Amino acid sequence: MSGAMARRRFLGLGAGAALSAGLAACSSPLASGLAGAQPDTADVIFWNLFTGGDGANMVQMEQDFRKAHRGVTVEATILGWGNPYYTKLALATASGTPPDVGIAHLSRLPLLAAAGLLEPVSRTGVMELGVTADRFTPAAWQKAGVNGTVYAVPLDTHPFVLFYNVDLARKAGLLNAAGDGLKDMKGGADFTDAVKAMKDASGHYGAVMSITADPSTAWRWFSMVYSGLAGPVVSDAGTKVSVDDEAMRETFAFLQSLTNGGLMPSELNGSGANALFSTGKAGFLFDGEWQIPSYRLVKDLRFNVVPFPALLGPKPVAYADSHALVVPHNPRRSAARTANAARFIKSLLDDSAVWAGGGHIPAWLPTQTSKAFLDQTPQRNYVQAAFDAHYDPPAWYTGAGSDFQNTVGATIIEALAGRTSPKNAVAAMRSDLKRYTTTRPPVTMK
Amino acid sequence: MTTAVATRSVPEPVADTAPDRPADSGRRAGLLLSAPFLIVYLLFLVGPLVVGIVLSFFNTTTVKSGLGGWVGLSNYTKVCRDPLFWDAMWHSVLFTLFTTPPLVVLALAAAVLASRMRRGRVFYRIAFFAPYVVPSSVVALIFLWMYTPQVGLFTKVFSGLGLPVPDFIGSTSGGWTAVTLMTLWWTFGFNFVLYTAALQDIPTDVYEAAAIDGAGPWQQIRTITVPLLAPTTSLVLILQILASLKVFDQIYLLLGGGPNQSTRPVIEYIYDTGFTSYRGGYGAAATMVYFVIIVAVSAAWYGLRRWRAADTAAPAGTAA
Repeated sequence: MSGAMARRRFLGLGAGAALSAGLAACSSPLASGLAGAQPDTADVIFWNLFTGGDGANMVQMEQDFRKAHRGVTVEATILGWGNPYYTKLALATASGTPPDVGIAHLSRLPLLAAAGLLEPVSRTGVMELGVTADRFTPAAWQKAGVNGTVYAVPLDTHPFVLFYNVDLARKAGLLNAAGDGLKDMKGGADFTDAVKAMKDASGHYGAVMSITADPSTAWRWFSMVYSGLAGPVVSDAGTKVSVDDEAMRETFAFLQSLTNGGLMPSELNGSGANALFSTGKAGFLFDGEWQIPSYRLVKDLRFNVVPFPALLGPKPVAYADSHALVVPHNPRRSAARTANAARFIKSLLDDSAVWAGGGHIPAWLPTQTSKAFLDQTPQRNYVQAAFDAHYDPPAWYTGAGSDFQNTVGATIIEALAGRTSPKNAVAAMRSDLKRYTTTRPPVTMK
Repeated sequence: MTTAVATRSVPEPVADTAPDRPADSGRRAGLLLSAPFLIVYLLFLVGPLVVGIVLSFFNTTTVKSGLGGWVGLSNYTKVCRDPLFWDAMWHSVLFTLFTTPPLVVLALAAAVLASRMRRGRVFYRIAFFAPYVVPSSVVALIFLWMYTPQVGLFTKVFSGLGLPVPDFIGSTSGGWTAVTLMTLWWTFGFNFVLYTAALQDIPTDVYEAAAIDGAGPWQQIRTITVPLLAPTTSLVLILQILASLKVFDQIYLLLGGGPNQSTRPVIEYIYDTGFTSYRGGYGAAATMVYFVIIVAVSAAWYGLRRWRAADTAAPAGTAA
């Protein structure tokens, strides 16, 4: 009997010890994680999705912040680009454990804002540090607002741009008098002539772009040309298809006139486009400016980058997106942490000349007009594109790397490859869009 | 509790004569002893299942708390009418068709071969089983390196032999090849262990008798080993079909369901709609449709086995 008692006492003591150990461990990240509190492993917890050159630039900017703000620690977490990142950002915020600062594409903002996951910029204290509307590229600042409330601080604009091989352009007679840009082009016919001249100069292709299995690039190219003629393809917060059939047919016909006539390959993947442009077998490359760093590495390739001229519409249009800084909503975040988050955001803006090294146009005008940025070529050549920027239409399903871009992009690829007529492509686009507009939105959007 | 016991004992006239009917205290002890399991089972299996059923009738989103608006059966009708759901379902079935036959046959062959080894039997058993314990993320990463165009091991071997190099990551057929090969290498150890255990249960005197009657090794395998392993084969088959229908991690990690969603399994469809598109209620409805299909497959299998068992038992009874 006494043996049994001793055993029970022993077990009781053990349980007590385990309990107190568990309580003592509350200060550890694991325990606070289990308890649902935010593990405060640093003063500013920052999530982003940058790897490669952009990732290195971002690390540099974080280092600069640490140097300037001794005593404020920053912990940066890099997550997989696209859907994996946004899934984690949204779920972490919805479950009350968000980072203090996160990166978001402005094209992805409507859903995040409508779900109440983001702190309005006016409540982050960043405006008191001088971050105000008049000091940003207007197009970016406007896209950072949802129903009149601004939810994000734009860091850059990254447009779809026109790369050209300088030597081939000279041979084709396309360079302007100063030799630092292209001669003026007015409309689609001029542009087609330029591509033809480039084809003659290179002996292979006039232009290249990544088409095969690259729906995002196809969507950017299509969206840019179409936006010159008509408004967004969906309206009313993404619940209505608002396609202008004639404009879209004309757009597809124009795109096909380039790929079907042998001016540019109709089936080519990203590395193929890279190889053709790098080796001077194509005069133009249609791609995002973020490709600039990789072409800088190519020996003996002299290239320049400019915004696209007006193609089908009267005015030039640039398809673009922006990286922006957001403060995810967290009711438990202390005022001190919020203040640190605001200082961090301001520091990244002031330091965005480093960011421009990746090809992006700083949205922060003090940097955009600074010598540190204007000394960078070819970045300074296409600043105008940031002002002519057209983004994805606001809806819960649109945005960078979304399923929406993959779906409509696949249809555009079919048209670019010449496997479907412009008329059928319009019908296919309509049915793609209908799939999204008729889906019940996960959150109510105005 | 006591009333429940009383009502139970009424329709059983033999209960009174049963000498070791558990006393109340015994039942309580049984319940207490199984409580840890029951609590975990209720909390992590039955609970989420009930929550899932409830969610499937609402427009629940994963990014806001609360159930969202009541939508009745419309999530279900939309799932059933979505061609992408059935495409994904077909991809899961396709994966099952690709992987199940080789995983069963190869596991059986390897188990028989390993059991016939005179020396180093333990080494072979461990070697065949070892890949199974490696996490899927690690396996996917290693295979991704091997499948990489231009520089990967597989692509080098193919081009070294002068064979056309399949586009393992970029094409649909290449993607299926890649994920099937990887799954074979990775999961075949589990079936191998089941067969190895079953092989050890076959009494050696059966083989001795067969050898005395002049049966060669191949005859022994064909007429003794394989028939006596039939119950194991049936178990391995159903476990494998269910495991293959549940495929997610290999395809998600290796191919991301691509290219252009042409290898996306149904679980990834559920993940994509429920988490990536934040449509929790719709994802739950898709899960339920898939769950019903899985249960139907299991039930059909179980029914088939019982029917066959009854079928074989009946003639044996008449013969006796």
